[in-house]
Amino acid sequence: METVAAVQLKNITKRFGKVVANDRISMEIRRGEILSLLGENGSGKTTLMNMLAGIYFPDEGEIFVNGAPVTITSPKDAFTCGIGMIHQHFKLVDVFTAAENIVLGLEDEGRLDLKAAASRISDICQKYGFVIDPNKKVYDMSVSEKQTVEIVKVLYRGADILILDEPTAVLTPQETDRLFDVMRNMKADGKAMVIITHKLHEVMDVSDRVAVLRKGQYIGDVATCDTSPQKLTDMMVGHAVTLNINRPDPKDPIPRLEVRDLTVYDAMGVKRLDKVTFTAMGGEILGIAGIAGSGQKELLESIAGLQPISPGASIRYRPIGHTEEQTGTELVGKTPLQIKQAGVSLAFVPEDRLGMGLVGSLGMTGNMLLRSYRKGRGAFTDRKAPKQLAENVMEQLEVVTPSVSFPVRRLSGGNVQKVLVGREIAQEPSVLMTAYAVRGLDINTSYTIYNLLTEQKMKGVAVVYVGEDLDVLLELCDRILVLCGGQVSGVVDARTTTKEEVGLLMTRFKKEGEKA
Amino acid sequence: MTLAQLIRLLQSSVCFGTVIMYGSIGEILTEKSGNLNLGVPGIMYLGGISGLAASFFYEFNNPAPSPVICLLVSFVAAFLAAALGGLLYSFLTITLRANQNVTGLTLTIFGGGVANFFGGSLNTMAGGVGQISVAATSAVYRATIPGLSGLGTVGALLFNYGFMVYLAIVVAIVMHWFLNRTRKGLNLRAVGENPATADAAGINVTRYKYLATCVGAGISGLGGLYYTMDYIKGTWANDGTIESLGWLAVALVIFATWRSVNAIWGSYLFGLLFWVYLVIPDLGRDSIELFKMLPYLVTIAVLIGISLRKKRENQPPASLGLPYFREER
Repeated sequence: METVAAVQLKNITKRFGKVVANDRISMEIRRGEILSLLGENGSGKTTLMNMLAGIYFPDEGEIFVNGAPVTITSPKDAFTCGIGMIHQHFKLVDVFTAAENIVLGLEDEGRLDLKAAASRISDICQKYGFVIDPNKKVYDMSVSEKQTVEIVKVLYRGADILILDEPTAVLTPQETDRLFDVMRNMKADGKAMVIITHKLHEVMDVSDRVAVLRKGQYIGDVATCDTSPQKLTDMMVGHAVTLNINRPDPKDPIPRLEVRDLTVYDAMGVKRLDKVTFTAMGGEILGIAGIAGSGQKELLESIAGLQPISPGASIRYRPIGHTEEQTGTELVGKTPLQIKQAGVSLAFVPEDRLGMGLVGSLGMTGNMLLRSYRKGRGAFTDRKAPKQLAENVMEQLEVVTPSVSFPVRRLSGGNVQKVLVGREIAQEPSVLMTAYAVRGLDINTSYTIYNLLTEQKMKGVAVVYVGEDLDVLLELCDRILVLCGGQVSGVVDARTTTKEEVGLLMTRFKKEGEKA
Repeated sequence: MTLAQLIRLLQSSVCFGTVIMYGSIGEILTEKSGNLNLGVPGIMYLGGISGLAASFFYEFNNPAPSPVICLLVSFVAAFLAAALGGLLYSFLTITLRANQNVTGLTLTIFGGGVANFFGGSLNTMAGGVGQISVAATSAVYRATIPGLSGLGTVGALLFNYGFMVYLAIVVAIVMHWFLNRTRKGLNLRAVGENPATADAAGINVTRYKYLATCVGAGISGLGGLYYTMDYIKGTWANDGTIESLGWLAVALVIFATWRSVNAIWGSYLFGLLFWVYLVIPDLGRDSIELFKMLPYLVTIAVLIGISLRKKRENQPPASLGLPYFREER
């Protein structure tokens, strides 16, 4: 083995505002080796690698490529250093062929010779075992083919340090196996490879060494042959932190929402939820844990009527006031409006916060109106009630805003979320679903939101809380449902379970047909 | 319909088509960069009035104007003025990120205003309404190849036009070759389809957008020049014809499904549809106007047709009309 690492990072720090995404990270990427970069959501894996790819620039620290210090400020610089990154979201032009996408932006001499490019692409494919038709248009390609184009694009530019950001997230198990074969071929060719992932079995399967990040910190690295999924989980989730969230016992729980065999395919035809079955009880908070993209969004949206559901599913719903003997109503087949009016409320905080729940240019009153505009008499909307509601929310949740007509887009993230959650709670729902309700909030605001949810629970509402932080899920919820790859990999009692148990369930990817 | 009538109809169609072909292929280049410039009519106005003004002042001050200088002065002035219109549009939409539709429509109004104001002034300087005439320059634009134009029906149909008719075809073909066979063309199309991808591939998105929009506007402006110099024979009329032709040019972009070679036959077809009322006997004024709608109706039919067929190659550039700025996170 050679002694100089392909890439060496020394004390790399990256901050986004007040958030430290990477905290003094030092690590090595070696040739002829596949390195897994492992960590929970938000642990800083992608941020760290983006600094190698020229997407971000480190605030502090040094990068060495082949022992020489380098400054990478753009994707072009990264290519010059031989670093190529395959992002989760493909950067391809749909109406171009594979070959056109691959040569795009190259400043070679002479005229555009797609035939020559195609033959070079075939050479690369043959060498590593890819299958790709250079003349196929991207819009005709499967996800796996698109990914292959991305990888070939990087190789075509002469990269010998490859970073793959969660390459298997969009692949079927068979495609994943094929990708891993190709990765092993590239490793044998002496390339340095990094695979960002949080699927433990893949780590064990493909990598030689594992580096673990947790909350922006570098925990350490181990040789894959010397470790086990259990040990890696411990490194990944760390020790439980006590948060002291107020958690009263559930109050006369009765099944409020019974979901059976819920299967959902997305627009691309990929299965997002696979026969999900669970019951949300009134008077308790049901946590939903899972790696990002395990089907959380689809689950909430399909209950709210926003996703097409595959036949055979049933969502039975009993509003507050109904007893267990009453059969309740079936939500499948109802419109989002009917579901909402029945008392199922969805407070989804998307990544950009405003996207799905609020209209940024409207004030609080206007946003409250979005829920009640049908109530006015005649052609005119009733603005008084929403204004009253806006003022109540502002007062009770301590929303910091100059006035209720101030555009919510210009409020801080925490205040925006308070407006959203406050409005949904004001509908007096029987089921309250929230996703990432505390994303990006400071500690105090987070506690305000936790208390609001607990208050709802004590009123007999079935609260469904999709969260990212395991510590919070363990202390806020009564039960936790763990999703993995669109399947329920387990439902645990939040009071007795451990962080390790949930972490393992989150990463236990079951292959087709395997028993839970 | 006599043969003479038919020849006259086809000739009119070609002349009419040439005006909108320039407007259209310029706009195709612009739109390939993702900029939807609805200022085409205004840009054609700018090109027309600038070419006319330049040659007017040259002829006004030179009793014996040289044909070469007449041509150069008017051609360069028209192209530059129109390209300046494109530059204004680019600055507003690319650098200042103004809304593309609003900016384009404003440019149309601006171009029309400027052109009609100076058109009126030029007429006044020339001695009164309708008095302006740049006979020497117009003669250069309308010169045909001696010998060839006299070759009976073939000569009348193919060789009886000024050079700009042929130039338009050459530009359309060269543009097709540029967009589909060169590296720069590939890069430009990528910018219009998916600027984030182009950016990541190291393409300077802003520069491509600026250049494509300015050159595209310059080419569109030549449509206005051809109109004033050849179509109305070196005069000026404040009758708003350029504007209606400009909108037809925009419609032709859609009709041609963003391919400049399609704009060649498409523009002649539009000309034919526009003038077909000439050969239909016994039409009143009102029915003539109905016939002049034909090009627009055909465009709507084509638009419906291509959306029904859903062929990806026939769709507008994917990021047409959208501003691009790098996400900062």
